[in-house]
Amino acid sequence: MSSILGPKQFQIPRIFPRPMSHSGIWYWLGTVDHKKIGTMYGIVSFFWFIMGGIEALLIRVQLSQAENDIISPELYNQLFTMHGTTMVFLVVMPLSAAFFNWLIPLQIGARDVAFPRLNALSLWVFIFGSILMNISWFTGEAPNGGWFGYPPNSTIQFNPGNGMTFWVLGLNVLGVASIAAGLNFIVTIINMRAPGMTMMRMPVFTWMTFITSILIVLALPILGVAGIQMTGDRVYGTNFFNSEAGGDPIFWQHIFWLFGHPEVYILILPAMGIVSEILPTFARKPLFGYTFIVFSGAIIGFMGWFVWSHHMFTVGLGPAANTAFTLSTMLIAIPTGVKIFNWLATLWGGSIKFTTAMLFSIGFIAMFTIGGLSGVTHAVSPSDAQQQDTYYVVAHFHYVLFGGAIFAIFGGLYFWWPKFTGYMLNERLGILNFIIMMIGFNLQFAPMHWLGLDGMPRRIYTYAENMGWELSNLAATVGGFLIAFSVLIFIINVFISRRNKKLASGDPWDARTLEWSISSPPPHYNFVNIPQVEHIDDWWYKKYPELLEGSPKQTKSAKATVEDTSNVDESKIHLPDLSYYPLFVGIGLSIAALGVIYSYALVTIGLILVFWGCIGWSTEPVNEPHEKHH
Amino acid sequence: MSNQGVTVHHGEEINNSTGVSNKKLLMWAFLGSDVMFFGTFIGTFMAYRNKSLNGPYPEDTLDIPITSVSTFVLLMSSLGVVLAVHYLKESKMGLAKFWLILVIIMGMIFMGFQVYEFTHFAHIGMTPQANLFGSTFFTLTSLHGAHVSLGILWLIFLLYNEYKGNLTSENAIDLELAGLYWHFVDIVWIIIFALLYLITAGDGVPPGGLPWTAGH
Repeated sequence: MSSILGPKQFQIPRIFPRPMSHSGIWYWLGTVDHKKIGTMYGIVSFFWFIMGGIEALLIRVQLSQAENDIISPELYNQLFTMHGTTMVFLVVMPLSAAFFNWLIPLQIGARDVAFPRLNALSLWVFIFGSILMNISWFTGEAPNGGWFGYPPNSTIQFNPGNGMTFWVLGLNVLGVASIAAGLNFIVTIINMRAPGMTMMRMPVFTWMTFITSILIVLALPILGVAGIQMTGDRVYGTNFFNSEAGGDPIFWQHIFWLFGHPEVYILILPAMGIVSEILPTFARKPLFGYTFIVFSGAIIGFMGWFVWSHHMFTVGLGPAANTAFTLSTMLIAIPTGVKIFNWLATLWGGSIKFTTAMLFSIGFIAMFTIGGLSGVTHAVSPSDAQQQDTYYVVAHFHYVLFGGAIFAIFGGLYFWWPKFTGYMLNERLGILNFIIMMIGFNLQFAPMHWLGLDGMPRRIYTYAENMGWELSNLAATVGGFLIAFSVLIFIINVFISRRNKKLASGDPWDARTLEWSISSPPPHYNFVNIPQVEHIDDWWYKKYPELLEGSPKQTKSAKATVEDTSNVDESKIHLPDLSYYPLFVGIGLSIAALGVIYSYALVTIGLILVFWGCIGWSTEPVNEPHEKHH
Repeated sequence: MSNQGVTVHHGEEINNSTGVSNKKLLMWAFLGSDVMFFGTFIGTFMAYRNKSLNGPYPEDTLDIPITSVSTFVLLMSSLGVVLAVHYLKESKMGLAKFWLILVIIMGMIFMGFQVYEFTHFAHIGMTPQANLFGSTFFTLTSLHGAHVSLGILWLIFLLYNEYKGNLTSENAIDLELAGLYWHFVDIVWIIIFALLYLITAGDGVPPGGLPWTAGH
């Protein structure tokens, strides 16, 4: 959007006055502060985490015994479809986005992201898109074609009703949110770095966010196209995946996985970034091989584009294609392995503190390695022919996405919680949370390895008694409830810590990167003085400059202290005013998408809202003139 | 350099790590994203080329001479945007407005041709529902048309601001960004015209019979 800053300010008449108050509901609805937006991302996606978890528990209850009939096959299909979709698009991606929002400006020494209102737009589009997709539960026809929506199972001929239409439209709306956020963080990281913060001095989390954002803006449009084509097929009678007209269902698999495989790295790279921040902090030594970790991340991001057909080994692409994708998939394990060894070397010889965040990070390395190794076994296409669509695959991707991404996210929550809120989480409950989650997780997903190798297929709502699968399935169900219990401990921990308020200092962990050089929670302008960066881990070396001169150990007392905000003249720090336009554009987009299913009137209303919001937005000054103190 | 007290206007001024304004970087990144969007549609078209099981086939529908005219008009409009930005930067407002109006008119002519073409196609039974050629052709060209229409609206908005005196040489970047977008949409059309029209125009019944029966 272009803002017109001319001799005169052109503004369209406002329907509502611009929110100005810095408290109350309108502040949250109109905020453009990256920290508030990050908090809302976190709360909403944690809500969906619980919803997706309940869906998983229902699946587990159904599978706990052979020939169980608690849940109908129809509902079962809806549950596993929405569980997968929710966990990928409404949990891991937005939870990562919560960390991006909170941390990127703080880590690069900026006062906000490059486009604060665009950031708010991403949030609102995500929230309304997630609601749009879940409205389908209330109409009784939730999506039921799997989170990958393969035709012909998802075409209107074989899957009538609105379920998959909701799914595909929801994904398209969520894609808009992701692309807008991705663009914003690319520009922020390239352009908003503090003086001296060269690319190779950026924290690893910032680097991984940068690579993830590039993947998002390049991969999500592909899903958008797939979504438009499927919407066309389902609603307007086009023929993309209709084999009666010559359309090829396999073509959907190609474009879906052409998006879907980079998506896997969109999910895991932020987690790798989080772990790369936590490990050096609590091993109390620099990250081993910073350059290698950064370039491994970049290589993973690049090679992630050349492995998509390993999801399709059994389709019959022929030996040449299968061999090529086997090789590329094995190659991508190399940079991943490089990272794992670098993390281990970071721990080696460190004076390790076993905090909750550290435990989750070490858990991440172990679980992610198991998941990565079972992934390499899928890479071998003949072996994959045995594993395709069995529980072995389910075990694999839960080890990388739960044992990987979710473990790292929990580690990140414990690590940055004091920065987000200003008080510490209870460590004792935290360690309990970790132990139970670790046990529950392995109890749930380790048996799936042998269940899968024994031939238990994915996505079946029940199985016969004489298959010998009952004990393993029962164990998995118990594990699922243990995970749920551990999440409950986390929630209890949040409330207990909130009541006890053990206040955190700005730098409670004696950490390394810039976000710890300011008070907790940070003031709304973040930095009093934009820092001048001289090193990787600049804050660490500002505290302990003797380490740069070859001293083996840091002295007891830090030489730099957290920024004092007690006598700051806030009138000199200008931040953008609130804006309600992103909210209305977000609502409008979802209404328009809903209209594709129900009525053109809704499409019109939605598009009018979007159009009005965009014009209002582009003519709205960043700051109201009367607020300026010149 | 300490930035204390420096007004931070996000995205409004060149006060950043690279010297490229945030807005321009955003536009380039967005265009990169849009490349993947059009690329996938173009890929779909090429993958489904010669796969339609029934007519109307491209040889029955496409009219290269007519589309060549609209292509020429659209490509010339890119020159117009360049000149509009150039004169705006030099504060020659009359010429800047003249070229901008011309660009808008050329964009509308292009859209007029597309509307004519679509109606004509529908008239002879080539619809998005007719066959694979129709599905792939209409989604790609209509989404390109949507991009052009959005560009026209954007340019009209900027023209209005030129008349109001809000868009001057100081913020010529706003027109430059619209120009970047406009050039991109033109470049995409070159690819669409080459692939969807020029090399496809002679396609009739798939060579070697219909693909699903060819093996038997």
